[in-house]
Amino acid sequence: MAAPHPQTWLMPRPEGLWCEPGGFFIDPARPVDRAVVTHGHGDHARPGNRAVLATPGTVAIMRARFGAAAGESLQALDYGQALRIGAVDVTLLPAGHVLGSAQVRLACQGSTVVVSGDYKRRPDPTCAPFEPAACDVFVTEATFGLPVFRHPDDRGEIARLLHSLAVFPERSHVVGVYALGKCQRIIALLRGAGYDRPIYLHGALQELCDLYRRLGVDLGALLPATASERGALMGQIVLAPPAAIADRWARRLSDPVVALASGWMRVRQRAKQRGVELPLVISDHADWDELTRTLAEVDAPEVWVTHGREEALMRAATLQGRRARALALVGFEEEGQ
Amino acid sequence: MKDFARLLDALVFTPQRNAKLRLIEDYVRHTPDPDRGHAVAALTGDLSFARAKPALVRALVEARVDAELFRWSYDYVGDLAETAALIWPDPAGAAGPPPALSAVVARLHAAGRTEIPGLLAQWLDGLDATGRWALLKLITGGLRVGVSAGLVRAALARLGGVEPAAIEEVWHGLQPPYRALFQWLEGRAPAPLPARGASFRPMMLAHALDEAELAAMDPAEFRAEWKWDGARVQLAAAGGTIRLYSRTGDEIGAAFPDLVDALAASGPLDATLDGELLVARPGAGDLAPAPFAELQQRLNRKAVGAKMMRDRPAFLRAYDLLFEAGEDLRSFAFDVRRTRLEAWHLRERPPRVDLSPLVAFGDWDELKALRARARADGIEGLMLKRGDSAYVAGRPKGPWFKWKRGPLTVDTVLMYAQRGHGKRSSFYSDYTFGCWRPSASGEGRELVPVGKAYFGFTDAELAELDRWVRAHTTNRFGPVREVEPALVLEIACDSVQRSTRHKSGIAMRFPRVSRIRWDKPAGEADEVATLERALES
Repeated sequence: MAAPHPQTWLMPRPEGLWCEPGGFFIDPARPVDRAVVTHGHGDHARPGNRAVLATPGTVAIMRARFGAAAGESLQALDYGQALRIGAVDVTLLPAGHVLGSAQVRLACQGSTVVVSGDYKRRPDPTCAPFEPAACDVFVTEATFGLPVFRHPDDRGEIARLLHSLAVFPERSHVVGVYALGKCQRIIALLRGAGYDRPIYLHGALQELCDLYRRLGVDLGALLPATASERGALMGQIVLAPPAAIADRWARRLSDPVVALASGWMRVRQRAKQRGVELPLVISDHADWDELTRTLAEVDAPEVWVTHGREEALMRAATLQGRRARALALVGFEEEGQ
Repeated sequence: MKDFARLLDALVFTPQRNAKLRLIEDYVRHTPDPDRGHAVAALTGDLSFARAKPALVRALVEARVDAELFRWSYDYVGDLAETAALIWPDPAGAAGPPPALSAVVARLHAAGRTEIPGLLAQWLDGLDATGRWALLKLITGGLRVGVSAGLVRAALARLGGVEPAAIEEVWHGLQPPYRALFQWLEGRAPAPLPARGASFRPMMLAHALDEAELAAMDPAEFRAEWKWDGARVQLAAAGGTIRLYSRTGDEIGAAFPDLVDALAASGPLDATLDGELLVARPGAGDLAPAPFAELQQRLNRKAVGAKMMRDRPAFLRAYDLLFEAGEDLRSFAFDVRRTRLEAWHLRERPPRVDLSPLVAFGDWDELKALRARARADGIEGLMLKRGDSAYVAGRPKGPWFKWKRGPLTVDTVLMYAQRGHGKRSSFYSDYTFGCWRPSASGEGRELVPVGKAYFGFTDAELAELDRWVRAHTTNRFGPVREVEPALVLEIACDSVQRSTRHKSGIAMRFPRVSRIRWDKPAGEADEVATLERALES
């Protein structure tokens, strides 16, 4: 007897992606009884679920972010360890997105589905690299699902930041970064490029940097960007959440060069709209080439697209000879918006 | 090409003038000849190719990328050069090395139309995304990186540690890639001064007069002229050539053949004149200037039709003589040049050239009264020039002043605010304001936007305005906020003109915020009809 099609046991529901034989949702958008969480970003990990399963890194991040609201019971599952939940074998595999990020492999009734969450394929010193896994259905994001999104080498982008610092040594360089992942990756990339001066942090970034350090990621000297006198952060690199870089908070800085690290910075008009002077194309999401290469590598005959620019990625999947379907899950945000 | 691309990319995102200067200076300092010269020419608009058409770019891309994917991408990005640059796939085999800018320039100039697609594809293969974008911008024309030719020359002045005026003096005799210029700026050769002839000489500019300064100025030392509301130009004639230059040294003679041809037909001329380009009211006998809006119809045109020349004939109102028969008069005093100008004009009687008369006055009060009455067409105010002033390039402080007539002011209501750039990027500093008019439905009144202003206030006032905008926002559109119609801004402007481009049907010249009327209820702001009464006929 042929295995039943995975769409009979894994399906979108208003709360999120529902795995019926396991009785859990993956990255639910509203509180549920049992949730498997791929990673700690706010649009995937939300407070208020009763039981949560995630990697040890993601569990730690959720505890730091939500405290007691992270869930009544938080169960950590290491990468590669299989766990039987109901009629489903669940395994978490590294997704390379941020620390603790995971793909969820579900094996049930003779077929395998991989829900990849958010992922990227290029090396990131702050998290484990994406592990491609063969499957019957590959569930993918498509945040950068247009062939114009091809992220350059992140070391080159960091070199542009350092070049700007050399040309404008009297100006602060304020870089907009997400608190989880992007912030620590930028710091690690700067350290990798030989930048060993202290890096200044907006208050909202401190806690997760501390957590990354406790989890063994070396970030070098970090100082709070609380200088009150003007000009104190002259010629320094200051990291802040994207919402703060061109707003009132940044006025304390010395004639700042406003930079933003995001895959969207690839499109000039988009960067200009944000008032960004130094766009850094550094993303924690797969770019177009990584998305299409991943489809080919995991070689699933069927691809489901969760969120982003579905139509172009579905077209690419079709051109590769795969069946493609949009799940149209709601609640996921564009990076860096 | 890589460094040039990096420069363009940085310039696009850099709002501050000073930072742009530094970027350009840094580039020319570290880039060898002839690349840097071609880059300068590209930035100043002095480089042009038989242009690659957008259709060619599209065809090249569609030969490599699925057309459907390209269409979605173009929809998203909105700019063809950028879409093509980003979507261009890595070449299948090993690509050649990225081309040098000078190689691109040389080969494009030499290539036939059929060779261009192949060349382009080969270069696109060798470049990264930013390089491809810069290449496509370069060859499809129009860099649009927010850099003027004057800014580039100012950066060159910084490279050589010379005055910008010194660059201006040599600039107009030079050709890309400007090797002689760089040799001079790097101290390896003397300045490449232009040969005598109909070349452009940098202009002398005036400071705006602060009336408080008048008390310390001796009226006997100054001469007054009307300030004409036209376009400042330089007319250079020598050796049978007549050229008309804009204030930035661009040749604009082709758009004014009625003036240039009339002069050429009248006999040999050898002089360089500084003056105001105006258009006359047709059939007015003497040359009577029409409003600026009439002249504007003729500016920014490459060619001009017979009807346009008949309805809006161009003429020159001269006020200075820089060269006469090869003699450089610029170091002489204004009074001497004026005498020479009048004598020259009387002798040559050139058609379509008249003189801007000196305005006689005894003391500043008398002149003030004259200025206050001067609302005639074509007069913007007064110019004050020291009788002993030499003609020097640039804007020296002291010898020349412009004293514009009092501005019109109108009370408007703030409607939208937009974030500024650079230092002001955290402030809502660009304001769209409106006036009242009877609403389309016939009931009550509605606000209609009449203009946009982003200066005229102090930093402290900006901080207050910013706070007000944030507290009264009713709607957001990206960087723009719509605000409650509750704050009155008094706007000053030089004049009001009819416009088909604006919903209100009028456009203001040089609008700026003159006062913030925290006290005034929005309902008491002016009506559009008030502005219409100020329209120049």
